[in-house]
Amino acid sequence: MPKITYRQADGREDVVDVPDGWSLMEAAIQNDIAGIVAECGGGCACATCHVYVDEADLARLPPVGSMEGDMLECTAAERRPNSRLSCQIRVSAALDGLRVDIPERQT
Amino acid sequence: MSAAPFVVIGAGQAGLQVCDSLRKLGYAGELVLIGAEATLPYQRPPLSKKFLAGDLEAERLYFRPATYYAKLDVTLLLDREVHRIDREHHAIEFTDGLRLAYAKLALTTGARVRPLQGPGADCPDVFYVRTLDDGLRLRARLRDVSHVTIVGGGFIGLEVAAMARSLGKEVVLLETLDRLMARAVSPAVSAYFADLHRAHGVDLRLACGVRGLETDAGTLRVSISQGPDIDTGLLVAGIGVLPNAELAVDAGLEGRDGIVVDVHARTADPDIVAAGDCTLHDNGFLARQVRLESVQNAVDQAKIAAASMLGLAEPYVQVPWFWSDQYDAKLQMAGIGMPFDECVLRGERASGSFSMFYFRAGRLVGADSINRPVDHMACRKLLAQGTIVSPAELGREDIDLMQLART
Repeated sequence: MPKITYRQADGREDVVDVPDGWSLMEAAIQNDIAGIVAECGGGCACATCHVYVDEADLARLPPVGSMEGDMLECTAAERRPNSRLSCQIRVSAALDGLRVDIPERQT
Repeated sequence: MSAAPFVVIGAGQAGLQVCDSLRKLGYAGELVLIGAEATLPYQRPPLSKKFLAGDLEAERLYFRPATYYAKLDVTLLLDREVHRIDREHHAIEFTDGLRLAYAKLALTTGARVRPLQGPGADCPDVFYVRTLDDGLRLRARLRDVSHVTIVGGGFIGLEVAAMARSLGKEVVLLETLDRLMARAVSPAVSAYFADLHRAHGVDLRLACGVRGLETDAGTLRVSISQGPDIDTGLLVAGIGVLPNAELAVDAGLEGRDGIVVDVHARTADPDIVAAGDCTLHDNGFLARQVRLESVQNAVDQAKIAAASMLGLAEPYVQVPWFWSDQYDAKLQMAGIGMPFDECVLRGERASGSFSMFYFRAGRLVGADSINRPVDHMACRKLLAQGTIVSPAELGREDIDLMQLART
């Protein structure tokens, strides 16, 4: 299974095995990673599963969808060029080793 | 003897949030969360959405894994039903007779589906969408039928209609009122969604109700108030919910259309709070008593209830919001726009991406957004801040609403 690293604002890291097809958000929730709120449960409707993707990994991700891009304007923490909504990223072997940072706040 | 625990009855979104918030607020005592269903607490919104069409495992609906409850030091009692609350002795009694003392009690009992009435309504091909079990049963049965009849043109009925069409089923949808989602959205938005469903091939019958059902050689025959009988494979009823207020009412607490609580989510008993779908509450934002069925209400009111259990009197003033997914249309609602005396359109209806902003007595009271999430988020912000805005401003697409909300 692909491994994903979630890094908290305080530097603490969790490395998680994620089944193919799950979203980054789901994997965080099911592994009890703090800081991913996901109020809407993956509907791209709340912008509370915001993550910053490691710059080196950006090219591996599918582009930001139009709805996701709009929602990223509404995040509680600052939007950066590497901002993504973790509910919109499906994990596959191609994303093995991906590292994401969790922002300090989601709401 | 150690102090009695804080007990939460109802392991849905609100119950889980009460536990989470109690710990975040520093409550270190014993905490018990009781659920009537056998599964770990799970999300309900996907049940009428992607869960129906796909093969998503039930586990993927869980809010949190089992380890979370251990880490939170919450004793999870699942598959347990509470029979009554003994307020005098500060205890609850389960249906099996066991008793559990409480120091403080939170009622997050949710709501149950309003059952279909009339002849044949209890036949096995009548389905509802509320629990995981409902979702699993409907999903399995959907595979075997080619024709589906849906009763109720609210969020549940329409979401199920959209999923059934995506599975290639023929769909008839019956709504007794003359427009869709009449409780939630404006006539213009209702009309947009009626067109959308018809364009996707739904046979939509407005102002039409069910008179009765009968099963005939494996076919379900639905007799309706207007037009010939409908032969169908199964029927899904999405005709609203009833709040689970009985435990409170039987214990002598006030409950009409929901458990009555104040703006701090407190009942008349100083040791009992309630939150979520089950409450008829004083809503600080709306400045009236209301019952709301939503994730937002469950989460935000539960936070207030947890604070009240610890003696902190935070008011419930959060802006209500809702969402619904139908085909490629994401409908997001901020505030309560109905009734309104003025409204303005932002964007173009024909583009499938627009918002309607509603005003009452010159004040913004809500918005319905279709594939316009920024409008929705901006509206929530504007409402929360009480920012004074004009219809003309909101209608102008060259004005950046998030910017407006930040100033």
